[in-house]
Amino acid sequence: MPNSPSDADRPCRVRIQHRGPLLVEGPVEVELEDGSTVVSDRFRVALCTCRRSRRYPWCDTSHRERTRP
Amino acid sequence: MPQDPREPQLPPARGPVSAAVQEYLLGAGPLPPPETVARADVYGDDLQLALYLCYELHYRGFAGVSGDHEWDPDLLRTRAALEHRFLSALRTDTPVHDSVEDALAGLLVEPVDGTGVSHHLSEEGELWQVREYAAQRSLYHLKEADPHAWVLPRLWGRAKAGMAAVEFDEFGGGRPDRVHALLFANLMTDLGLDTTYGHYLDAACAEMLATVNLMSLLGLHRSLRGALVGHFAAVEITSSPGSRRLAEAMRRTGAGTAAEHFYDEHVEADAVHEQVVRHEVIGGLLAEEPHLAADVAFGIDVTGQVEDRLADRLLRDWADGRSSLRTPLPSEKHHIS
Repeated sequence: MPNSPSDADRPCRVRIQHRGPLLVEGPVEVELEDGSTVVSDRFRVALCTCRRSRRYPWCDTSHRERTRP
Repeated sequence: MPQDPREPQLPPARGPVSAAVQEYLLGAGPLPPPETVARADVYGDDLQLALYLCYELHYRGFAGVSGDHEWDPDLLRTRAALEHRFLSALRTDTPVHDSVEDALAGLLVEPVDGTGVSHHLSEEGELWQVREYAAQRSLYHLKEADPHAWVLPRLWGRAKAGMAAVEFDEFGGGRPDRVHALLFANLMTDLGLDTTYGHYLDAACAEMLATVNLMSLLGLHRSLRGALVGHFAAVEITSSPGSRRLAEAMRRTGAGTAAEHFYDEHVEADAVHEQVVRHEVIGGLLAEEPHLAADVAFGIDVTGQVEDRLADRLLRDWADGRSSLRTPLPSEKHHIS
């Protein structure tokens, strides 16, 4: 049950970070370059931006530094 | 007293402190005297099991033990003495970073040549070691995220919303078939292990008991809410890459699809949880209560401390070809694939 009638009209919030995934309010459907789609129904979805994820388009923390800066 | 079939059996004692607590729970004897508590090895089997028994009354209790013992003042006094020794030792033995940022920074690095249990299991772990690891961890994973739920009434606003959202995910997001504790039970079935709650309590080593006792300690004390949040952040931050390695271990040893799924799910889920816990839960808590920063850092660092002790124990035993469990598992199942 939505908290308020305007809930459905509220813009979907996306959080960008200098280093790390794009955080999107779920559920999310992502269209990949080959035209296929994948769906995540988590409350928040972390989308890979470094392209190193082995579970692309989902973040798997592969963006992390290998050595301490 | 009607017997609840979901209540686990009381495990055998491991020394004078746990023996006295156990007998007291059964109405068969007095609580341990203070000098006995004072003499016990703080990280050893006896004290850790005694504390575990006290805490377990807040989760599922034990068969044959009255539920009223949960709030028995004399037992709580003994528990407080055990907690005091455990927390004092942890504070003494844990080097704590000066700031939350510094404590987190160490966890946000994934060295290529990392060491630890998940590295060992993914690279060269044998099936018997994977099974032992699951049996040990079952003490926590069969009540996954339960100790952390206690912090919810102690948080407000952003921290509460973030914590509740992560816990909701841990508890299956409203779907019973996705409760993480159930996913772990399915993993155990793949590995031919007994999924009964508490089944491996007697077999688990003191170092494993200490990791669960730490969660219960931090979860049950409002005064330690900062440390609980730091602890939870440390678990979530280290979980995703660790789970990727453990998923590889499950695939390499042919553990089974449910076993792989448990860790695959945690790779993705905890990559999200880590972000929410850092930005919303820690960020929200410290915006409300900046004086808790040192406690958050302690929670992060003490988690590494108890996890390192467990890793040392497991890797040492396995390197010597010895079981890490007090009672070795029955022989491996014959996996048909």
